[in-house]
Amino acid sequence: MSRIELTLNGKAVSADVEDRTLLVNFLRDAQQLTGTHVGCDTTQCGACTVLVDGRALKSCTLLAVQVNGAKITTIEGMANGEALHPVQQAFSECHGLQCGYCTPGMVMAVTDLLRRNPKPTEEQILHGLEGNICRCTGYVNIVKSVKRASELMAAG
Amino acid sequence: MYEFEYVRPKSVAEAAGFLAANGEARLMSGGMTLLPTMKQRLAQASHLVHVGPLGELKSITREGDMLVIGSAATHDQVQGSEVVGAAIPALARLARGIGDPQVRYMGTIGGSIANNDPAADYPAGVLGLGATVVTHLRQIAADDYFQGLFTTALGEGEIVTAVRFPVPRRAGYVKFAHPATGYAMSGVFVADTGSGVRVAVTGAGNGVFRWAEAEAALAKSMSPKALDGLALDASHFSEDIHATREYRAQLCRVMAARAVNELLG
Repeated sequence: MSRIELTLNGKAVSADVEDRTLLVNFLRDAQQLTGTHVGCDTTQCGACTVLVDGRALKSCTLLAVQVNGAKITTIEGMANGEALHPVQQAFSECHGLQCGYCTPGMVMAVTDLLRRNPKPTEEQILHGLEGNICRCTGYVNIVKSVKRASELMAAG
Repeated sequence: MYEFEYVRPKSVAEAAGFLAANGEARLMSGGMTLLPTMKQRLAQASHLVHVGPLGELKSITREGDMLVIGSAATHDQVQGSEVVGAAIPALARLARGIGDPQVRYMGTIGGSIANNDPAADYPAGVLGLGATVVTHLRQIAADDYFQGLFTTALGEGEIVTAVRFPVPRRAGYVKFAHPATGYAMSGVFVADTGSGVRVAVTGAGNGVFRWAEAEAALAKSMSPKALDGLALDASHFSEDIHATREYRAQLCRVMAARAVNELLG
């Protein structure tokens, strides 16, 4: 067992975890933050993507002890009260989802993509989302959502 | 995963001492291969000794005609490094094509070459450029380092600390990525070095290898045409539902030609 202390969606959290506990299991089972999904559990689909110190990482392939001291943001930490985060807003406006299972991971990955590149080209969006798989949309509306989010964020 | 204890050493020396004292401990760099393997219970360890965060292993520097990349430099660091981009742009592009953005934040060059997956990208760059693998004990030439399927010259508890790349005149790397995994079904690195042409192939066989016929042909004429119909022994190539040996051999010729085009600019 190890003691970890981290900032989770803005709140200080400390907990004892088994060293083998994956971050996604810590978030879902110990913290009841079930918005972060487990899709493939093999580091491919990206449904479990969360932000660790601002960087999008796959929480199914990260130990909870590894993020000791880090700032973690999950999908639950994106909206400000009733006001959606611009990336969430864009996915809603552009219907960038169908079943919604991949969406939390998509939103987190897009947030990091736009942090690094506020005005991505279509090619950059596709390359930037290679780690996130959607089986419903065919990605067309997801790409639209990223472009829309880019506009919303530029408008402040 | 089976139970293990997580250990965060403060230095390479401490990690090496820990590994020497604990025979069942394993080194973790980025964890992008080791953790999935452990999750499937295909690997286990008494301890995971996590060297990925060590600052001393993360530097990327130019030393004269050598580019030195620390073993814990992530693919994201390498793809975005101005030093790499200026010295060996083909290596930066190689790093940009590994996995996906989330994986590139964590996966490292040292982890990749210590694992030596037969379809990984870095082994092609390291062998193709005739690099030297530096460990906490010694230096190993790439030609001696890679020894086939998941096998390297590393001894028990030996820690890769850096890779030293001689800066080539020009180089190119192109892979045919598996559509689902992104791993190379065939990837060819071509380097025009100060001391000849080197061609390294990954993804096709049991491990990265040099393609002597292509090296000879390109030394005579650095052009894609020089590769037309060139001999390539495919008898040791992998064969699976994705591709036959012959198909992989043909992919190698096509990827090599594209790598030459990239090298020519």
